Amino acid sequence: MSHPLLTSVASLQITPQHDNKTALVFIEGDHETRYTFGELRAQVRRCGHALRAAGIQRGQLVVLVIPHRLELVYHFWGALHIGAVPSIFPFLSDKLNPERYFDSVRRLVQHSGVRAVITTRDFEGALQTTLTGIDVLLLTLEQFAGANAAPENGDTPLADAHDLAFLQHSSGSTGLQKGVMLAHGAVLRQLTSYAQAIQLDNDDVIVSWLPLYHDMGLIAGFILPLLAGVKLVLMSPFQWVRDPKILLRAIQRHRGTLCWLPNFAYNFLATRIRDKDLDGLDLSSMRAFINCSEPVYAESHRLFAERYAAYGLRADALQTCYAMAENVFAVTQSAFGTAPKIDIVDRRALMDEQRALPASGAAPALTLVSNGAPIAGCRVRIVDMQRQDLPERHVGEIAIHSASLMDGYYRRPEESAAVMSDGWYFTGDMGYLAAGELYITGRKKDLIIVGGKNIYPQDIENLLNDISGLHPGRASAFGVPNAQLGTEDIAIVAEVDASALDDDDRRAAIQREIRARVAQNTDMIARYVHLVSAKWLIKTSSGKIARSANRDKFLQEVLNADETPNASLL
Amino acid sequence: MKEQLREYIKKHMIKDARYPLKDDESLIKGGLVDSFSLVELALFIEEQFGAHFDDPELTKDNMDTLNLIVANIEAKL
Repeated sequence: MSHPLLTSVASLQITPQHDNKTALVFIEGDHETRYTFGELRAQVRRCGHALRAAGIQRGQLVVLVIPHRLELVYHFWGALHIGAVPSIFPFLSDKLNPERYFDSVRRLVQHSGVRAVITTRDFEGALQTTLTGIDVLLLTLEQFAGANAAPENGDTPLADAHDLAFLQHSSGSTGLQKGVMLAHGAVLRQLTSYAQAIQLDNDDVIVSWLPLYHDMGLIAGFILPLLAGVKLVLMSPFQWVRDPKILLRAIQRHRGTLCWLPNFAYNFLATRIRDKDLDGLDLSSMRAFINCSEPVYAESHRLFAERYAAYGLRADALQTCYAMAENVFAVTQSAFGTAPKIDIVDRRALMDEQRALPASGAAPALTLVSNGAPIAGCRVRIVDMQRQDLPERHVGEIAIHSASLMDGYYRRPEESAAVMSDGWYFTGDMGYLAAGELYITGRKKDLIIVGGKNIYPQDIENLLNDISGLHPGRASAFGVPNAQLGTEDIAIVAEVDASALDDDDRRAAIQREIRARVAQNTDMIARYVHLVSAKWLIKTSSGKIARSANRDKFLQEVLNADETPNASLL
Repeated sequence: MKEQLREYIKKHMIKDARYPLKDDESLIKGGLVDSFSLVELALFIEEQFGAHFDDPELTKDNMDTLNLIVANIEAKL
């Protein structure tokens, strides 16, 4: 993909020769809606025109609180089209508490000075109440439904390379919302480099179930294909979760070639589909399934390859990528045409000396999968706590320098300064370089990643303080590996009154409250809720709860898992 | 049937054999079971009881409590 004249992401595949090509196939239930680039552009222009008529101007923030539907696509691009700055808000799910959900919209609107919130009629009433007294436009899709086609003139994209294109909210966390600021130029440079790394071609077909508020869904599963003139087949994450085979069937029907998945999806697809639902399946069109956005397990690839080899999956089709919203998307990508390298390292040296030494003999070993080399325009360093360079095969923090780096976190100068310095972004992820390729070993921060979603443990712990019977501030949340699911589970250990431990009803009532709060506030489930007596939790010398020490204690005492595979990776 | 389901959910999803899971306790809103686990649960139900749930049926409305799940299984047998 090469667009030397493109300066704006809004220039949705402008070359007229694409007008009759299928841009997007949108799957809803059993229906498929198909749009050509010409039709899609007309919809985008119509929405852009309507947004402008509603009073939205260039540079203003527009938050989209819209379920996974076609209108989300149009309005995101419609906002870009008029030079406004869209941001897609996570969807409301069955688990989330609606009141808290709408409250998080309010906090974002207030913090970021959002000009307009676009939503559906279903949410209008609740949002109106939540946003009372705040100077923001509340618009519904329904009121735009009858908007006229845009006039033919005025189609020149309004933004240029340095302008902010969109905000990507990096986590569904209940804590502070960090809006990653991405300029048009940064996005375009990322797409150009990444398209080259994956040898993207006009004949490719990208198939995605990923949510559009997540960087992988937004960039790889949405903006990349539509801007590169590549056909995109998109389905709802909610539908996919209930019915995972629809992804594979869509690949077969549309001769899909590329698909991005978080690691857990390999286990899910390998183990949660009935044999009879795979009759006649053909995956031979696939150039790559790209594993991205949570730690890659070699075992997950093995399970997936074993299940689908009989259905035409190529042995070299399982690829890996290291990506983050702060770099628009990809930092590294494994080389197509061959399986990613596997590095088997000495477990003790990795844990005790932070060195990745090739394992020898019978010493306990860990298997790591390479994330490949940096893509064009990206450089990677591994640094120590003082941000000094470390040699090859030494584990340290991963820092990146890139042509597609964010401008910072929106209206968060302190948080931005803490992670950016001299053009380098310090990721908080830990890893090492070997023969020019990057391996991820863990995280500097106690972040939990479940199914590709990031959760900050303090956000979970803060939810629990006022639960009756639970000692305030005496709860610790962390991630523990679940090899069967290929991702992490959330575990919570909380100190409670001794009397509650012996009383099954009280014990259950506390667990019930913990689980409900976690689900309703974070849309995640707490798999383990382990109640203990006072003094179980280990504290640091400064009196803070030591999460990683408590996680180790939990793994050993409760899960009896001192030899858990990948324990040091998590 | 209900007891088998209760034990399965306790063992594989809540990971707590002592937990007194109630018949009408909300599994999804209560944060005990997520969408991924529902798919797993449906496969277990099919193996154990021979009741097939089409994937689109795996919603909160059909699967949120032990009582609901059992009623839906019985309706299929």
